[in-house]
Amino acid sequence: MFLQSFAGGLMIGLAAVLLLLGSGQVAGVSGVLGGLVEGRGGAGGWRIAFIAGLALAPVLLLLAGGSVPGRLELGWPAIVGAGLLVGFGTQMGSGCTSGHGVCGLGNLSLRSLVAVSTFMAVAAITVFVVRHVLGRG
Amino acid sequence: MAPRNFVAGLLIPFASGLLFGFGLIVSGMTDPLRVQAFLDVAGHWNPALALVMGGAVAVTLPAFAYLRRGGRTLAGPAALPDRTALTPPLLAGSALFGIGWGISGVCPGPGIVIAAAGSLPALMFVASMVAGMAIHAWWRRRPAADAADKAQAAGA
Repeated sequence: MFLQSFAGGLMIGLAAVLLLLGSGQVAGVSGVLGGLVEGRGGAGGWRIAFIAGLALAPVLLLLAGGSVPGRLELGWPAIVGAGLLVGFGTQMGSGCTSGHGVCGLGNLSLRSLVAVSTFMAVAAITVFVVRHVLGRG
Repeated sequence: MAPRNFVAGLLIPFASGLLFGFGLIVSGMTDPLRVQAFLDVAGHWNPALALVMGGAVAVTLPAFAYLRRGGRTLAGPAALPDRTALTPPLLAGSALFGIGWGISGVCPGPGIVIAAAGSLPALMFVASMVAGMAIHAWWRRRPAADAADKAQAAGA
């Protein structure tokens, strides 16, 4: 499990470097998607191409007979609430796990270090409250 | 400056997205329960996912160092963020994201991957996330936000 996580991390890092040195763009998923939602600039082609590649990865894996681990087992109010928070929060905070984490930390950005520390700590507190205070999950 | 030619503007971003997606799946980040186990430091803590960001940053560090020393990309100068100030929106936004990530165990990249894998709840998550982004764009464009931006710019 540890080796797989590390190998996956290396692949994610390589993908980010490919986009950075090949296209001059930061591979932050919330930034790439947010730019499309906001309609920022005229040239959104690279954004659509990146998201299409991201979405095609699991489809190719399933077609090849593989499986994609991951099931979201929550009631719909929690799913909608969490989705709204993630969408709004990542735009307000200018990044998510990939933009601030994979890229911003790689760029030795203090803003990103503060953002990553904040969302990691708040997420851990949230899980603590949901699991150990409210007793769910 | 957004890249406009076929290779830098479409082919490389597509290949990058594909590799990013495979990396997320291999790493275990697409499994919300594993993400929550990583975040659950008071329960059966599973630290494996720390290696995902560790491995990824080990690869991006030298590339960013190269660019900071004046290195060029195939598409000309890189579009790197130039802000350095620690602002209230950075903290508040990251905190809101952290609440949503903790509740669901899903952040934006893995959300798109498991939605594309055919999970209906994940599709609902991504639709809500896009709605949240649109609400933020609308909220930023309101006149009061413009005035606050100008006041901050004048004061800075």
